[in-house]
This record gives sequence, C-alpha cells and structure tokens, in this order.
Amino acid sequence: MSVLTFFRRRPPRHSGPKRVLVPFTGGELDPVVLDAAIRVAQAEDATLVPAYLIVTPLEYALDTPMQHEVAVAMPLLEAVEHAALRAGLAVDARVETGRTPTHALHRLWDAERFDRIVAPAPINGSHGFTPKELQWILVHAPTETLILRPDPTLAKGFRLARTLDAVA
Amino acid sequence: MERGHYRILVGMAAGVGKTYRMLLEGRRAKDEGRDVVIGYLEPHDRPETAALADGLEVVPRLRTEHGGLELEEMDVDAVISRKPQLALVDELAHTNASGMRHEKRYQDIEDVLGAGIDVISTVNVQHLESLNDAIFELTGVRVRETFPDRVLDEADEVVLVDLSPEELQERLRTGKVYPAARAEVALENFFRKDNLAALRELVLREVAEDVEARRQPAALEPFSKYAVAERILALVEPQPKSQRIMRRAWRSAQRLNAEIDAVWVRPDGHEPSEEEATQLAALRRLAGVLGIHFLEVDGGNLVDTVRRVAAERGSTYVFVGTPDESRRREIFGGSLLSRMVRELPGLDVRVVADRAKREERAE
Repeated sequence: MSVLTFFRRRPPRHSGPKRVLVPFTGGELDPVVLDAAIRVAQAEDATLVPAYLIVTPLEYALDTPMQHEVAVAMPLLEAVEHAALRAGLAVDARVETGRTPTHALHRLWDAERFDRIVAPAPINGSHGFTPKELQWILVHAPTETLILRPDPTLAKGFRLARTLDAVA
Repeated sequence: MERGHYRILVGMAAGVGKTYRMLLEGRRAKDEGRDVVIGYLEPHDRPETAALADGLEVVPRLRTEHGGLELEEMDVDAVISRKPQLALVDELAHTNASGMRHEKRYQDIEDVLGAGIDVISTVNVQHLESLNDAIFELTGVRVRETFPDRVLDEADEVVLVDLSPEELQERLRTGKVYPAARAEVALENFFRKDNLAALRELVLREVAEDVEARRQPAALEPFSKYAVAERILALVEPQPKSQRIMRRAWRSAQRLNAEIDAVWVRPDGHEPSEEEATQLAALRRLAGVLGIHFLEVDGGNLVDTVRRVAAERGSTYVFVGTPDESRRREIFGGSLLSRMVRELPGLDVRVVADRAKREERAE
C-alpha cells in the first residue's frame, strides 16, 4: 500500500480527543484503507469518524432524504463502525450531503473539527475519490491528510462492499 | 361516465415481452367477445409481435411532421369516437410530437380512460420519475422520457412482466429484440448483466410496494389500522452512540413501514456545551438525511417526558441506547430501563446495543 502524506497546516489547538476523519462514498470502503485508518487512530488514541458522503442531485434540496443512497450508506456505516469498535476505538460516525463528494466534505469540516483525514484513492474501479477530488482535498483540507492507495493486487471481492449487511 | 379499467404491464427493460403480453391479453379479450382495438403499437420490427397483432383492429394513427421527419402518434379522438371496450396502448411514457393534444402519451391514456374505455398499456421501470436518479446511478444513463409515480398509483392493476437477465440477454443474442448489430452494442452497454440485475431488483421492489400499498387500505379498517400502524420514538443524547440509535431506528422503520421521531430530552436549565452542540448538529443532519423528525424537549424527568412525547406523537416503539448508569443508582433509584418498561405501558422498548461487544459466535 502506498501512503502519500501531506502536511498541510498545523492542526488547531483544542481540548478533547483527536479525531480522524475517514470520508468515503459510492457504496464501498476498502478494508485496507479502513485498517490503516484504524491503526492511525489507535496510534494517536483518537476517535475515528467514518463519514459517508451522499451526493444530492441539484433538482433536490440538500437535505432531501435520498432513500436509495441511504439504503447503501446505513449498513456500510454500521459495518465500518463495528470494525472500529472491535479494534477498541471510540467511533463517531457521520453522514453528510453535498452536491459533489467534495462539497459534502467541505460542509463536514466546516461544521466540525478534525485532526487528520484519511482519504481512499481509487484502485481497480473501486469507488475512492477521483484524482481531481483528491487534489482538491489536498489543497483545501484544514488539516493533515493521508491519501491511501490500496494494494492493486487485492481482489475486488475483498472490499467491504455494500452487500456487507451481516452486522445490522 | 365510469372511468375505464387501467392495467399497466411493467418490465425491467425493452425486450422482456410487455408488448407481446399486451397483445396476448388483447387477443384473449377479443376471443371472449370483447370489442378490442390497438390504439398504438410499437412493433419494434419484431416478427412474433407483429404476428400477434394480426387480426386485431388498429385505429389509424395521426401523422405529423417534425424537423423534416414524418412521425406517427396515437389518435386519441379517433380511439374515443370508435368507443371500443378495450384499447391497447403501448409505451405510456412516450413523449408525443409537438402539436398533439397532450405532451405525453400517459395523458392521452387518461382521456381514453375518462371516456369509459378500458386500457392495457406498457412501460419500463426506468421511466418512473422517482427512480430517475437511481437509474442514472446504476446504469449511467439519464432517462429523459419519464412519467409521474401517480400514474402507477392510480392504475387499477400493475402487472410485472419478468424475465431473468440471462434470458433477456439470450433474446438479444438471437435477434428477438434488436437487429444483430444493435444487439451487440446493447449487450455491451445498457443490457449488461449487472445493469439488468439491478433494474430487475428495482422493478420487483416497485411492484411489491405497489401490491403492499393496495393491500393495506382495503384490509385495514380505521380501528385496526390504528392498532397495527407503527411509529418509532428514538431517544437520543448529544453523544456519538446516538448516531447508531438513529441508524438502527431507521433500519427497523424500513421493515415496519413506520415514521420515526427522535427526541432529546434536555434536562431543565441545561445549556449544551460546545461538544454537545456539535453532536446535536450532527444528529440533526443525520435526521434530515434519514427523514426523521428531530425534537428537542425540556424535561426534568426523562421517563415522564418520554411518556408525554410518545402520547403526543402516537409512538408504538421506543428505541433507547444502553444506559450509562452506575450500579448504585440502579439499586437505589431503579434502572432507567425497568422504569421505562413499567411506566410506558403499551409501548415496545428496544435497547440498541453496541454489537461490537457481542460474543463471537462459537464455530
């Protein structure tokens, strides 16, 4: 797995545990990325914040309940939260809406503090952020950002896909 | 005049046999002695379909010109003045050429039904307005010819014409749907197996929901409806675990076909800290995404306040997280859960646990 680390700005001083944001979208999160995010959070004794980003089409209000997207997001968030809790981490999951994944991300970090962001890059047709979106994140993220590129030799079936519904 | 009977044959994609089935039903009706006409037929150059239409009266179409092209549309006036008992009208989502009586064919059909004529029509699920975004996400194709959901709701019958993705692909390969050159392109694009499987799931779900919606009003008298209707009340606090309570409540609500309220009972005089305000804002955002009604209520006594809110909202289920109570408080004050069960009669109480703490299943 390749790890690109970008030290953008010094995180603001604050009280309380650190918060590691793992944004994802499109119905899957690579377990390698999740595993790395969990290890980062463990090392820093931080709270893991998995955040599912929902893209709301322009013809709908931003807060319109999007049944189809939500039906994908809820079991996936449950599974991610389950994995993190199993690892002994504190978890504080989120769902955020936006016109694009980056818009949703911007809304999220405008509303809350994060000390580190772990973002998945796409590989083998998976649903990570696109190169353009990653570039945007690196330019605009208010804190340190890790872009994780999973091992391309991993089979697609290994991913924590939307069908992972067993925990709920 | 009594409105005609409306039967819609719905399928996951072109080629599943909707038009064939419509004609088959038309022929059967004719054999039974009913007066049947074809109001509009899309033959799609399919020999089997054309053969089935043979012998059924066809109401002549209206011809019009648009951008140098000669177009043909259903002649609504001709169908109505012909006064058949049953009209077969293909492709209800079709957009008419400009200058026609209506913009859409489903509007033409409403006029025919209004004249007391029964109609059998056909449509593919991707044209349903509410599914437009889902179809785009699944297939990458933005469908422009859509029809409102109310058309299905108002139909007397919605019938699924089903075929497995494999069978439909086989029909394509053997040229039964499109000519060979077009079929090849179709198989690599819209008619890919994963696309078809997703579309099939959508159409099955849509028809199942339609069946459910039709079953309920007839089966449930006002009193029994009140007795079986579910409404969930999720008790939340400005804490991360409340996200899980709301998600679980939402998932249960999907199965119960229930509305959900989430309530935070704010202790009297309590001002949320900065951290609590952040958590509350996140809970409100989640509530918006999930279609949950979020309430903030002041109250000194949690159980009393929940009882009052549950009565006001007509709640039947209460979702609560695992309480963080000390053993001493449980012994001297009684546990929150036992007080809830005791003091909220008639309400189901569900404790939302942290499943990561569940014991591993023994192999």
